[in-house]
Amino acid sequence: MRKKMKKALEMEPVSLPAQSRVALCGGTHGNEMSGVYLVRELQRQKLEKAGSVTLTTVISNPRAVQVCKRYTDMDLNRCFTDAILSSPVTDATPYEVRRAQELNTLLGPKGSVEAMDLVCDLHNTTANMGLSLISYSDQDWVILHIYRHIQRKITSAPVRFILLDLPLADAYSQDSLGKHGFSIEVGPQPHGVVRADIFNIMKEAVDQTLDWVQCFNSGSAFEGGEVDDVYTFVKSVDYPRDPETNQITAAIHPQLQDRDFCPLHPGDPMFLMFSGEIVKYEGVEVLHPYFVNECAYYEKSIAFHLARKMTLTIPPLQVKRD
Amino acid sequence: MTSSTNVSCFHGARRVAIFGGTHGNEMSGVTLVNLWIQNGKEIQRKGVETKPFITNPRAVEKCTRYVDTDLNRAFTTENLSAPSGDDLPYEVQRAQQINEIFGPKGSPEAYDVIFDLHNTTSNMGCTLILESSKDHFNLQMMHYIKKAIAPDSCPVLLTEHPLLKYSTSRSVAKHPIGLEVGPQPQGVLRSNIFESMRVVLKHALDFIELFNEGLEFPPCTVDVFRVSEKMDYPRDTNGNIIAMVHPNLQDCDWEPLNPGDPMFQTFDGTTIRYEGAGTVYPTFINEAAYYEKQQAFVTTRRETLAAGAIKKA
Repeated sequence: MRKKMKKALEMEPVSLPAQSRVALCGGTHGNEMSGVYLVRELQRQKLEKAGSVTLTTVISNPRAVQVCKRYTDMDLNRCFTDAILSSPVTDATPYEVRRAQELNTLLGPKGSVEAMDLVCDLHNTTANMGLSLISYSDQDWVILHIYRHIQRKITSAPVRFILLDLPLADAYSQDSLGKHGFSIEVGPQPHGVVRADIFNIMKEAVDQTLDWVQCFNSGSAFEGGEVDDVYTFVKSVDYPRDPETNQITAAIHPQLQDRDFCPLHPGDPMFLMFSGEIVKYEGVEVLHPYFVNECAYYEKSIAFHLARKMTLTIPPLQVKRD
Repeated sequence: MTSSTNVSCFHGARRVAIFGGTHGNEMSGVTLVNLWIQNGKEIQRKGVETKPFITNPRAVEKCTRYVDTDLNRAFTTENLSAPSGDDLPYEVQRAQQINEIFGPKGSPEAYDVIFDLHNTTSNMGCTLILESSKDHFNLQMMHYIKKAIAPDSCPVLLTEHPLLKYSTSRSVAKHPIGLEVGPQPQGVLRSNIFESMRVVLKHALDFIELFNEGLEFPPCTVDVFRVSEKMDYPRDTNGNIIAMVHPNLQDCDWEPLNPGDPMFQTFDGTTIRYEGAGTVYPTFINEAAYYEKQQAFVTTRRETLAAGAIKKA
C-alpha cells in the first residue's frame, strides 16, 4: 500500500515533545566495528549527558561482539517485530531473541510511552553506501529533520535516506523500539575491521544528531522544505545460482560494483558470470541499487536492493512548549 | 658474473596444486578452485597435472577463516609429526592429511609447485608471496608474471625471516607460492579481484608450461619487499585496541612510511606517529584477521634478489 506523498506548497508547522532520552546502540551486529568502538569510546568518556539529552549507550549483542561475528544464533536486527518480542521464552529460544526482549525492556517497550524518545542504531556495510540513514516512516518529522541537518553539515561522505515502508508492528530492527528511531549505516568497510575514515564519518553523524536534538530541545525553529536523495525500497535481487548446489555462479558486474544509489537502467549490466556472460537488468523502471555486495546478505539471497528515488516535503518543526 | 653455461637445472614441474579455501572466508580462491574442480580446462597445461583443492572445507562451509585454529599456521614440524587422532584440532588433522597427499613436506615425493590463493582486506593489489630468497625457480616465475601483467604491478613479499616466518599450507611443496589479492572484505566476492587472481594464475601456469617444454630462462633480478617487523595496535591494559590505522596510512600498502609520518589515530582523535629509524614499506595494513594476531601492519624493506638462469634438466 503506497502512502500519498504530501506535495503541499506549505505544510502546517508541527510541534513535538522534547527528545530528552536518546539511546545509541553499537554492536547490534558483532563484526560491524565502527559502532562497537564508538559506543565503547563514549562509555570510556562516561558520556551520559549531552546538554538537555540523557544518553544511554548500549552494546546490543555482546556475545556476537565477543566473537566478532554478525550473530551467534540468529540476526538480532530481525528480532524486533511485535511477534518476536512477545513470543514466550523456552530453552530452545535463540540467544538473540532473548536479547531482543531484554533490549525491549531497556529501550522500549516498543510502542509505549516509556520507550526512549530516540533510538539510533550504528551499522557498517561492505557496500559503498557512504552515510545512509535508514528508517520506517516518511512522516517522522524528527528523523527527517535530523537527516536534513546531517546532510547539510557533513561533507566527508554522501548522505542519503532509505525508507522502509513497513507498519510499526512489522518493523524488525532495533531502532523501531524508540518513539523515534533510525539506523546510521556507513560503508564501505570490511566486517571485523575498523577504518579511521569510516569511524570519523559515523562519529560526525552521531555528533550532528545530538547537536540537532539539543537545538530542538532548546526551542530552535526548523523551517520546512524539501529533502532529496530519499530512496524507497522496492525489491531485492539475488545472485544467479546453480539450481542443484545453490552456489552463486556470478559476481556483481564491475560496472555495478561500488555504484550504490547510481541509477540502473534497463539493459545495464548487473552480474558477470564466472563463465564470462553478462546478466543485464531487464526491468522497465529505472531504479537505484543499494547494499550492493553486502557480505551478510549472501545468506539472505540478496545481491542488492532496488529503490525508487524521491523527494519528501517536511513541515516546519519546533519543540512543544508546555 | 655468470657464464652462459651456468644454468641451474630443475626437474620438470609435473605435479602442481592450486589451493583455495585455506581460509574459508577468502572468496576468490574458494570460487576459483570450486570452478576448476567442476571444469579444469582453464588450468590444464601440457605435461602438467594441475590439481585444484579446497584445503579447509569445514571453514568454507561456515564461511569463516578457520574452525579450531589457523590452517595456514598449522604446518609445523610438531603438528605434522604428532600422532594422528580425533582429539587434535580440526586444522591440525587437515594439515596432516594435506601433508600426506601433497607432501611429505621436505621429501622428494612432495608436489613440485603449490599455489595458495588468499584474499586480504588490505590494499595489497596482486601480491606474490615468496618464502625463500634462494628459490630460483620461484624467482624466475615471479619475474615472468611481473613482466606479463605490466603495467599493472605485482609486488613480491618475501616472508623469509627468523621469527616472522610461518608454516603455511603451501610449504608442503618444493616451490610454494602465495597469491594474496586485495582489498576484499571477508565473505565477499568482488569481480575485479576474482579476475585479477585468475589472470595471475594463468601466467603462472604458462610459465610452468614453457619451462617444461625446455625453455631456458636467463638470469634476472626481482625487486622484493622483505618482511621486517610486526607492528601492533596501541592497546590498553585489558588488551583492547585504543587506536585505528591512521587515515594517511590506511590503503597505503607498499608506499614509504617515514619517521614522523602519522601511523595511528586514537578514538578520541589524537595522531600517533611512526618513530622507526628509517623509511619502511608497510603492508598487510588493517587486515581483519590480524587483529587477533596483534598485527596492525608489517614493515618491509626493499631488496633486489638475483635469480640464476634455469632450465629443465
